[in-house]
Amino acid sequence: MTQVTATLTTALPPTTELSPGKAGPARKRMRSFYPAWFFIPAIALYVVFFAVPTFAGFYFSLTRWTLFDQTFIGFDNFVRFFQDPQLVSGFVHTFEYGFVTSAAKVVIGLALALLLTSPVLGRGYLRAVVFFPVLVSTIGIGITFKALMDPFHGIINGVLGAVGLPTPGWLTDPALALWSVAAVDVWKGVGIATLIFIAGIVAIPQEYFEAARVDGASSWSIFRNITLPLSRPAMGTVIILSLIGGLRSFDLIWAMTGGGPGFTSDVIASVIYKQYQAGFYGLSTAGNVVLFIVVTAIMVPISWLINRKEADL
Amino acid sequence: MSARSLTTRLIAIGGATVLIGGLAACSAGGSADTGGKVEISYLIDNGPATAATAKPLIAAFEKANPDITVKLDTRPQGTDGDNLVKTQLSTGEMADVFNYNSGSLMQALNPDNTLVDLSDQSWAKDVDPQFTKVVSTDQGMYGAPFGTSFGGAVMYNKKVYEQLGLSVPTTWDEFVANSEKIKEAGDVAPIIQTYGDTWTSQLFVLGDFANVTAQQKDWASQYTKHKETYTEEPAVAGFEHLAEGKDKDLYNEDFASATQANGLKMLAEGTGAQYPMLTNAISTIQQDSPDAVDDIGAFAIPAQDAADTRLTIWEPNGLYIPKTTEGDKLAAAKKFIAFANSSEGCKVQNDTGTPGGPYVISTCTLPSDVPPMIGDLQEYLDDGKASPALEFLSPIKGPNLEKISVQVGSGITSAAVGAEQYDQDVVQQAQQLGIKGW
Repeated sequence: MTQVTATLTTALPPTTELSPGKAGPARKRMRSFYPAWFFIPAIALYVVFFAVPTFAGFYFSLTRWTLFDQTFIGFDNFVRFFQDPQLVSGFVHTFEYGFVTSAAKVVIGLALALLLTSPVLGRGYLRAVVFFPVLVSTIGIGITFKALMDPFHGIINGVLGAVGLPTPGWLTDPALALWSVAAVDVWKGVGIATLIFIAGIVAIPQEYFEAARVDGASSWSIFRNITLPLSRPAMGTVIILSLIGGLRSFDLIWAMTGGGPGFTSDVIASVIYKQYQAGFYGLSTAGNVVLFIVVTAIMVPISWLINRKEADL
Repeated sequence: MSARSLTTRLIAIGGATVLIGGLAACSAGGSADTGGKVEISYLIDNGPATAATAKPLIAAFEKANPDITVKLDTRPQGTDGDNLVKTQLSTGEMADVFNYNSGSLMQALNPDNTLVDLSDQSWAKDVDPQFTKVVSTDQGMYGAPFGTSFGGAVMYNKKVYEQLGLSVPTTWDEFVANSEKIKEAGDVAPIIQTYGDTWTSQLFVLGDFANVTAQQKDWASQYTKHKETYTEEPAVAGFEHLAEGKDKDLYNEDFASATQANGLKMLAEGTGAQYPMLTNAISTIQQDSPDAVDDIGAFAIPAQDAADTRLTIWEPNGLYIPKTTEGDKLAAAKKFIAFANSSEGCKVQNDTGTPGGPYVISTCTLPSDVPPMIGDLQEYLDDGKASPALEFLSPIKGPNLEKISVQVGSGITSAAVGAEQYDQDVVQQAQQLGIKGW
């Protein structure tokens, strides 16, 4: 989330441009409406709860740490982390999960947004229904779907079985488990994507649509040439939000499968959590540093690419 | 602008209040002496059976010691609980007395620096030396036993065995033959596996350990020195058994999603015949299906050769006092532990729980009406055909064994791959503990 807010705020015009006294070569102190002591509480909170833990984390990632004592071991934790047999599959699952859920949220979110900005019956109600899953706790959703997807006693297979369809082990079949969780993730997260797309589509001036219709454009070409390009800023936001969420995803997977069966739905975050659970505090801290770097390395170019295209419009 | 800054300010103040409130709440935990009375806290895991014994024990103790009150705290079970205990010990927030595993988990608490030595206590001489070993380091004995020892064995439904004319197997091949017969007979699942609770998947591996010791006496110490591995005989047998059950389709059809509670219910109802399990699970059957308790028996997980078949024994949990407990509280905490192991304390333990095996302190004796399954276990002990699980002989236990055994038991990976993965898994643990040779 912090990275998202950071990206969004940088998109705003920098505040320095608002202050007029920028002319002199000697850098003047930035003028503020508030006295300096006003910022002390915020800075103190930031230092105590963000800066110190972050740097302590970097330090502890270089130690073998049992909570009782720590031994400095240099980069051994990172070496060991990359030797972890579950790590490679964890990375693969993380990318699969992140990109698939993100893509599904963009496509389904856009489709729903188109539907919900057109004059359909009960539009307000439908918008609420689509958004509702966002409001429910992730762990609650995970536990609920774990019960629904139970291969023998779950409602989903009960219904499928009743109409003569195959009843797969949604969360127990190694080939399906990760995708079942991804489907639930999409169901839960698509409301946000839809909301952002609705905002983007509603912001497009009506004159464009009217003009296109007068010129006899088909619905498809209106979508292709007006709606889609002009909702690109919304799409950028959706992609960034959902991709970061997907790459860091942990809570839903943990609640539904615990990374199982075996290691077949393990993602980086759950591998790290299990190392923490096992008491390998230094190692799991190193894992978090790696996760932080990987997510940043993926997100920075993507957000740069998206922002650049926005500027081109 | 001003409206916005007001909101920001309010949020900041609100946040600060919450933080200060939180800190105050933390520090309040430390001191609670009230009017000459000593209050001590007792931390247990949040399993229903644990609380069922702890509450009457506290009541009896407070009755005998009116000047001491005991406050009960609970913690999560499993690895989350392990982390909580470690965190509380290292930050000095630990309860005055706490109940925790013995063996390798206890060794990971850095006992020499965090726990109070109890070897001078009057009850210490009554404790079974095998238990003393698993709560001690070179520098002291830190735990008192609480509860009974128990086996890692195959719990089976005697009615199913009777109907099909089966007898208790002493070799692995006999066990498989029995299972095949149960399968042919139809409705009953030959072997119950419950990977909805992943830890239950480890029993074929961990419960086979006494058989490993029978074949090679010093296996555990060689393993600690990194000179033995799970990929070779005799230890690989556990993984092979797990894979064989899956290959021959001997598991219940819902093995991947069933929980331990489901498995015990199947066993009690006779819809499942054999369940490799920790025998203290009998208390769950006692609670949920009391009528079935007499139908349940147990036998050691068979080795390849009948001569090597032994029962693997788990030692009970211990009661410990952290070094942060001092003065009056320390005296009261020691009293509480002594009470728990007195004949009165034993009576409470007997009245409120179902023993899963024999006690490890001579002051406690089993009641006369124990489930018949305990008799099956006692036979192995009397014949000298029982030995401790690996976690009591070596500090090395990999955190991912339950996931690895789920993979082998589900047919996702082979026994050989599983054994190899587990050998890799323990390396980190050994290094973390600073053991030589890793």
